[in-house]
Amino acid sequence: MSFRIVVLAKQVPDTRNVGKDAMKADSTVNRSALPAIFNPEDLHALEQALSIKDRMEDAEVIILTMGPPRAAEIIREALYRGATSGVLITDRKFAGSDTLATSYALSLAVKKLEPHLVIAGRQAIDGDTAQVGPQVAEKLNIPQVTYCEEVKEVNQDELVIKRRLERGIEIVKGKTPLLITVHSSAPPCRPRHAKLLMQYKHARTVSELVDETKDYTEMMTNKPYLRIEEWSVADLDADVEYLGLSGSPTKVKKIENVVMAKKDSVELTAEDKDIDYLMKELIDSHVIG
Amino acid sequence: MHNIFVYCEIEDGHVAEVSLELLTKGRKLANEIDRKLEAVVIGHNLKGIEDQIFPYGVDVIHVADNSRLYPYLTLPHAEIVVNLFKQEEPEIAIFGATSVGRDLAPRVASALKCGLTADCTSLVFGDHSENKTGKEYKNLLYQIRPAFGGNIIATIINPDTRPQMATVREGVMKKEVFNSTYKGEVKHVNVDTILNDGHMAVEILERHIEKQKINIKGAPIIISGGYGVGSKENFDMLFDLAELLGGEVGASRAAVDAGFVDHARQVGQTGITVRPKLYIACGISGAVQHTAGMNESVKIISINNDPKAPINQIADYVIIGSVADIIPKMIKFYKKNTK
Ligand SMILES: Cc1cc2nc3c(=O)[nH]c(=O)nc-3n(C[C@H](O)[C@H](O)[C@H](O)COP(=O)(O)OP(=O)(O)OC[C@H]3O[C@@H](n4cnc5c(N)ncnc54)[C@H](O)[C@@H]3O)c2cc1C
Ligand SMILES: Nc1ncnc2c1ncn2[C@@H]1O[C@H](COP(=O)(O)O)[C@@H](O)[C@H]1O
Repeated sequence: MSFRIVVLAKQVPDTRNVGKDAMKADSTVNRSALPAIFNPEDLHALEQALSIKDRMEDAEVIILTMGPPRAAEIIREALYRGATSGVLITDRKFAGSDTLATSYALSLAVKKLEPHLVIAGRQAIDGDTAQVGPQVAEKLNIPQVTYCEEVKEVNQDELVIKRRLERGIEIVKGKTPLLITVHSSAPPCRPRHAKLLMQYKHARTVSELVDETKDYTEMMTNKPYLRIEEWSVADLDADVEYLGLSGSPTKVKKIENVVMAKKDSVELTAEDKDIDYLMKELIDSHVIG
Repeated sequence: MHNIFVYCEIEDGHVAEVSLELLTKGRKLANEIDRKLEAVVIGHNLKGIEDQIFPYGVDVIHVADNSRLYPYLTLPHAEIVVNLFKQEEPEIAIFGATSVGRDLAPRVASALKCGLTADCTSLVFGDHSENKTGKEYKNLLYQIRPAFGGNIIATIINPDTRPQMATVREGVMKKEVFNSTYKGEVKHVNVDTILNDGHMAVEILERHIEKQKINIKGAPIIISGGYGVGSKENFDMLFDLAELLGGEVGASRAAVDAGFVDHARQVGQTGITVRPKLYIACGISGAVQHTAGMNESVKIISINNDPKAPINQIADYVIIGSVADIIPKMIKFYKKNTK
């Protein structure tokens, strides 16, 4: 019997590098200047899945992402590193989803795939919420193990997992079906494999094929593994009320850019007299001493 | 009904710092809208735990005490909280943004189909009118948090679902005893009628939790080093100065990533939030993720060889120069002036 793993991965704007060019003159974030990347902790999640696949006969790794059509990029990225196949769920009706609506949509797709194990990243760097993993587990009514650093043992029925907590570690045993979220202290993802890159570089979703100038018909028939599944709301049999904006209890009331108010500051040099003055001042005002 | 609930974390028979901070905040929120403050305590051997909690102005403590409830496991805790919330219908529920709170709160929010905002840095009441429906809301909880890598600050609301849920990191809210003789009511949760074997699907085999050794949060003076400190050896100077002034050493993430110091010392969005009376930023550029954790310090000194470093904007004193020059001089002139 095969062991099926679904990895939840998200394409995110690279908020770590909000540098000078990503800030507009009015000090708002220029999102389009930020490259779209594979959410870093989801790569750690993928590595955990791939390492289980290395260890188990018959394990398959399916990468699942919800996002706009271009999010298919990260599915290819996962295929280059050893994932078995991928599913993109995309639909305008998902727009405006908060974590609750996102996890509802993802959970429906996971249900269709019937995995033994679901692996998510701990959190996505665009929102930093770390909510989607546990919420998908709740929607699926399966247990969760968060902050996984290492899957120590795995078989069809159970996993032994090392968790990384703020002040220590825990080793836990969980029964399948199970959802785990992976911490950034887990091993980084293996690089792309040259052979897989060649094999999958033409992998496409249906919507991507529409935009291709080249004719893919023959290639897709001969090599069905190049077809990336694409599901819409209709394929998920979803209750639209729980999707997108209407399914999202949280609303963004206001967004402010971070502008630091300038303080009147005293400017000093490294010369003795300046440091002497500063230390006196701090002592006299009882800040120190 | 419609009260303010705080989930209290327990470690070794003690209520976690973050939970006490949230109780302090919860009391203030409760006073503002004239509601009660209720605490949820789940664990084992909790006799007498109320003595740690009532002084924060708690009106009702819900205690679930059972051997299956300690150490923390997601499913049994979530089941008890969900049951309790269905029954009590809180207006607001706050959890620590810790490895427990961030594991538990999303699961609870999903089960109750309500909104949850992670890692809030501020919680205040405000009004809201919905443009489309024209509906007016009074006293909604504004859940304010940095987003998008800390480059923006978002105010999140949950107009229509209850409870309004939020997590808050340790150190963000101030801990303050409300009244040391305050007494409320203790209610016991009947655990056996709620839990079944299905809730025990995950089992803890081993657990190694260290007592927090380094705690820079309460330090009145913090000497914080960044990537500009340059090396582990140079950090020794910061430790010398900290010892002399009776302070602690903090760090930026870049310094932690470079291996100069322990992660427990990291200040900022993904570290701890501090509000000392003096914060000396040595070789720290002042990225928003860092300043989010220290900009409420009473006095800030920046030591940086770049006059344009963003941190200088929020500093009271800016010393332009190299850390390795300046710290020894500060030590020298401190000694001279206190003699
Ligand atoms: C989601 C997210 C969360 C984050 N969370 C945190 C967080 O919690 N805490 C945090 O700190 N960061 C956090 N960061 C990282 C943050 O964005 C910055 O990268 C980091 O704070 C930079 O650290 P730094 O100032 O030490 O290093 P740099 O930005 O490299 O600055 C070094 C400074 O030292 C000065 N300098 C160099 N040499 C000397 C010298 N000899 N003497 C004096 N000055 C010198 C330079 O002029 C410069 O200003 C986070 C980032 C992200 C994306
Ligand atoms: N749109 C999405 N598609 C697939 N996985 C997602 C999506 N959003 C979140 N996730 C998963 O949930 C984790 C936590 O996300 P977040 O709650 O947004 O911090 C991520 O690391 C992903 O594994």
